[in-house]
Amino acid sequence: MKRFPLFSWVWFILGLMYFFVPLISTMEFSLRMLKGRYTFEAYRVAFQDPRFYTSFGYSLLWAIITMVCSLLLVVPTAYWVQLRLPKLRPYVEFVTLMPFVVPAVVLIFGLIRIYGRPPLVLTTTPAALIVGYIVLSLPYMYRSVDSGLRAVDIRTLTEAAQSLGANWLTIIRDVILPNLRVALLSGMFLTFAIVMGEFTFASLLSWPAFGPYIEEIGSMRAYTPQAVSVMSFAVTWLSIAGIQWLGRGGAGQVQTAGAR
Amino acid sequence: MDRDNLVAPQSTPTESTNGDAPLARPHRRGFSWTWLGVAPFFLFAILFLFLPSVSIFVRSFESLGGGFTLQNFADIFNKSDIRNAYAMSLKVSAITALGGAFFGFLLAYAVILGGLPRWARTFLLSFSGVASNFAGVPLAFAFVATMGNNGLVTRIIERLLNFDIHAAGFSIYNFWGLSIVYMYFQFPLMVLIMAPALDGLRREWREACENLGGTGYHYWRYVALPILLPTLLGTAILLFGNAFGAYATAYAFTGSFLNLVTIVIGAQIQGDVLYNPGLGNAMAFGMIIIMSVIMLVYARLQRLAARWVR
Repeated sequence: MKRFPLFSWVWFILGLMYFFVPLISTMEFSLRMLKGRYTFEAYRVAFQDPRFYTSFGYSLLWAIITMVCSLLLVVPTAYWVQLRLPKLRPYVEFVTLMPFVVPAVVLIFGLIRIYGRPPLVLTTTPAALIVGYIVLSLPYMYRSVDSGLRAVDIRTLTEAAQSLGANWLTIIRDVILPNLRVALLSGMFLTFAIVMGEFTFASLLSWPAFGPYIEEIGSMRAYTPQAVSVMSFAVTWLSIAGIQWLGRGGAGQVQTAGAR
Repeated sequence: MDRDNLVAPQSTPTESTNGDAPLARPHRRGFSWTWLGVAPFFLFAILFLFLPSVSIFVRSFESLGGGFTLQNFADIFNKSDIRNAYAMSLKVSAITALGGAFFGFLLAYAVILGGLPRWARTFLLSFSGVASNFAGVPLAFAFVATMGNNGLVTRIIERLLNFDIHAAGFSIYNFWGLSIVYMYFQFPLMVLIMAPALDGLRREWREACENLGGTGYHYWRYVALPILLPTLLGTAILLFGNAFGAYATAYAFTGSFLNLVTIVIGAQIQGDVLYNPGLGNAMAFGMIIIMSVIMLVYARLQRLAARWVR
């Protein structure tokens, strides 16, 4: 029979330690505000700060706007490419991979230089921020929507609906969207997770958001930043858990993560 | 005349043997409304991805007086702080890409082929999905709470070994500290990409190798590694780019003390710290170039890797 896989266990445990030690340390650290005992004092202090709520609220707002805009931009495009313009697929994919080529800092740098002055001024409004977030979400949103579209035979569904006399609005609303539900939700959860913790865009464009808020209290206080970090981890964790839970929701469903 | 007769019958069948039914309607030429469906997407891409990149490119040739110059690119190599920023960024990216690739690969191997129970694999893959997204400010604070002056690991070492690592000169606010932090999101990404690749190694290949008298060494040296190599290299390069473009984690962790390219560009945005806008553009353009090369190499390696995926 097989030997006991000692090597594998050692690596596996090392990996788990790398995952968990920082998380446990953060939680432990956040409980140590009062000397000599573990309390939730740091959390109480965190919750007392009105800016905690406003910055979280702003991030929530940015996340919702980004999800809606990103969906409006990606879903019709991916659908149309799949249905009518398969030749354009490589170009669309190229665009959705651009955010990996242009790092966030560099993109911001370019956006401020162009849209910080007339004819089109966006940096004085949240538009520049939302634009940046949409760009960040593009690879994830497009990939999940596209794999969702490939999983169902979109052409047949569309033609069937057309031959039954449905118009485009009906086709999209009653036929396409219900079939894409899991894919859309996955893309939205990922976008949500990304925007809620985002720091670079919000900080450099000086808009209130959760990421810059955590960074700011980090330079002012001890213990509370860790308490807020734990909460931020929870938001990310819940979003990703949501995706993985969706991904296993039955046969033939789509999954966004690279894992099987 | 004879020649035409010989050639003509050949060309007609080739046209009809491609299986397509004859076109009922000839293709409409001229303007097609179909394109309008993707117009908003490409308009967005042009306005907010291509124009900013082009503007960075054009303005990196701008001198202080507004004229054309190549001096900015020369300055990247001449000015020591900018050269050092690039060197530091490249070093952190290379170290964490290599470390992440090595650790991630062995970890993926352990759970996929290493004989661990099924739950270990599910658990690791789920957690890698989460951890590869843990970047930015909270991650920096997590490591302060872990290895900082008052961190959990620091205190445990102190209690167990009666040894204060920080008094001994250890600091996390330097190159190695930042590399350890980056590793947190680097190796899970490697696990996520390597796991399906390792799953794709088919049992028949190993059996074929054994039937031909090959040992485990032969299998890995001549079969498995050559198949996995494009994925391995591609992912390592992806990790490199992942670290190279990172800003938030480094900023929150070192408070802009560590001189990385992204940190300098961030400072340049907040106030013209280089006292030369053109130089800032040239720095940003340098990043785009490096990232483009990375993505091109990655795309090529992916195509190589795709040969073995069915």
